[in-house]
Amino acid sequence: MSPVPTTENPFAGDNSGIQKRETIARWALRVGSYIVVIITVAIMLHIFIKGAPVTFQSKWPFVNTQFLTELPATLHVIEDKQGNHYETDVNGADAIKKKLGDNFRAEKTISYSGGGILGPIVGTALLVIVSVGVALFLGVACAIYLSEYAKHGKFLELVRLAILNLAGVPSVVFGLFGLGAFVLTAPVFVDVPADRSVFAIPLGFTTLSFEGWDTCVLSGGFTLAFVILPVIITASEQCLQAVPQGFRETSMALGATRWQTIRYSVLPFATPGILTSSILGIARAAGETAPIMFTAALAFKDKLPWQKDLPPLPADASIFAHWDQSVSRFLGIFTESVQALPYHIYTLAAKIPQNEYAERAQYGSVFVFLVLVASLAASSVLLRKRLRAKYRW
Amino acid sequence: MAAETPAPASAEPLIQVEKFNYAYGDHQVLFDVDLNMRREDVTALIGPSGCGKSTLIRSINRINDLVESARVVSGQIKIDGVDIYTPEVDVISLRRNVGMVFQKYNPFPRSIFENAVYGLRVAGIKDRHDLEEAAERSLKAAALWDEVKDRLHQMATGLSGGQQQRLCIARAIALQPRILLMDEPCAALDPIATARIEELIHQLRGQYTFVIVTHNMEQAKRIADRTAFFYKGKLIEEDDTMTIFNHPGNPLTESYITGRLT
Ligand SMILES: Nc1ncnc2c1ncn2[C@@H]1O[C@H](COP(=O)(O)OP(=O)(O)O)[C@@H](O)[C@H]1O
Ligand SMILES: [Mg+2]
Repeated sequence: MSPVPTTENPFAGDNSGIQKRETIARWALRVGSYIVVIITVAIMLHIFIKGAPVTFQSKWPFVNTQFLTELPATLHVIEDKQGNHYETDVNGADAIKKKLGDNFRAEKTISYSGGGILGPIVGTALLVIVSVGVALFLGVACAIYLSEYAKHGKFLELVRLAILNLAGVPSVVFGLFGLGAFVLTAPVFVDVPADRSVFAIPLGFTTLSFEGWDTCVLSGGFTLAFVILPVIITASEQCLQAVPQGFRETSMALGATRWQTIRYSVLPFATPGILTSSILGIARAAGETAPIMFTAALAFKDKLPWQKDLPPLPADASIFAHWDQSVSRFLGIFTESVQALPYHIYTLAAKIPQNEYAERAQYGSVFVFLVLVASLAASSVLLRKRLRAKYRW
Repeated sequence: MAAETPAPASAEPLIQVEKFNYAYGDHQVLFDVDLNMRREDVTALIGPSGCGKSTLIRSINRINDLVESARVVSGQIKIDGVDIYTPEVDVISLRRNVGMVFQKYNPFPRSIFENAVYGLRVAGIKDRHDLEEAAERSLKAAALWDEVKDRLHQMATGLSGGQQQRLCIARAIALQPRILLMDEPCAALDPIATARIEELIHQLRGQYTFVIVTHNMEQAKRIADRTAFFYKGKLIEEDDTMTIFNHPGNPLTESYITGRLT
């Protein structure tokens, strides 16, 4: 073709407004994204600025060890006539008052705001361990069944619908369910059934009594497990589906049974994804307040779950010499009620009069809570990366 | 298993497909297929896409049982005279005797060694020495040993496509099956890798009964003793490869092999 001289540019943009609308749409979407980012950063900064000074300090060891290693306690603040404030615990209060003598002006007590938050940290860790353990076991089993065994059809659709609905149930409902199911009626082995037992099945050497587990880590953990179960089932099923069908066919063509196929050629490759989904589960389980309020958590407890007034094991004892006692003491940890971080924060923020000291404890707890959840998530991501690198197709 | 006295040439065919009708749900895809495959032969299945070649070959080791809607409508497939769709037949031991190589080379994302011995492991063989021996034997048989003997414990997915496909053949023959089914084994490979696979089939013929689906007419001519042409779920004709390509009995066959039918 010979070039035809022309004054018109055939590629000139039209001015029908399409360009303008394109620009507006792009900016609207961009502004939306920026708002989300700004708010997220603002939340993080707010918590960091207010919470970090409680957790860290300028002197060695730079971390406020008292805050991380002590149980919550009542804070006593004593003011002298010059307006100086002295913070102390209940034991220190009298000594300071005596020292001040006439100089003493006033004493304030603030519940829960003194000491540290070791109790809530330990409680939340235990609850997370139990709930994620239970939910992973049930959830992965369920996902494997749905993805690998169940036949497509009405029933499968119904199960999926049920799981989706479970995800929409408000968490306080789970709390009440946990109260009824685990705290009041779950089965235990006892010698003599309690009066409140719903019914009891004598087994000769012991009795299976449906009298509940009481408010304890186990009840709370199981309740939380049901809160995160839908997330774990749905995500695990997706991960299983993402494993190429070819792996299954090849494995079965080599004479593997269905279970062998799942065990060697499906699950290993789905595991990284399943772990990712359990990260979401961990964060969710750690953060829920309503399901543990009636099932596991106390506003205040001055002991850790393993601090009980039990006689110490005989001095010769290695843990193996008194194996069954050691085991039952270990399991005893899970039958104790605990404090938990989200409930502790709720208590500090809503159940006591607000002042600078309560606020300090609140933000300190929130900050530690965030750091804990973030580091759990980070370690899961790392683990997933390592598994991914190992199993790639 | 494979190691037994060679049967006399006049013995009845190893695989007998009789009046075989097969469907996915209500959609029937094989109609009254009658086909015999002899022990010593390489049989090629040819025909346009969607004519049911894969369905037939995947019915011989019953891997198509994994497809939920798939079902035998009527008819039989017999191996050594035994109808493999009767309840007395254990699919696991059937599949140990009937190996399969798929179109897309798909070793597991594990080591070369673990791939080679997968079938033995799931069969319960634990002895390290036995496994190593079997791995060496099957990798040698698949003409892969020299290329991988120094890196048996590296990932199989790091091999080239042709090597991966030969590894898939190795892991199938590690179980010493009697029959090897191959569904377009070279479709994803370049010409050089394809030539190596064909060479391998030549070396292994006689030891295994081969059933090979191929889209490549030249390949069928090069490797197959017998060729079966399928069209729309029906077996149009089956004969000596040379007869099929030189003197096809059916006009459909002729138009397919001359590229006028798609
Ligand atoms: N999993 C399946 N579900 C339903 N229909 C299928 C499935 N696999 C194959 N078919 C149908 O069966 C017919 C034969 O397919 P196939 O055996 O794969 O043919 P070929 O291997 O000769 O290309 C096609 O019409 C195809 O659509
Ligand atoms: Mg096919």
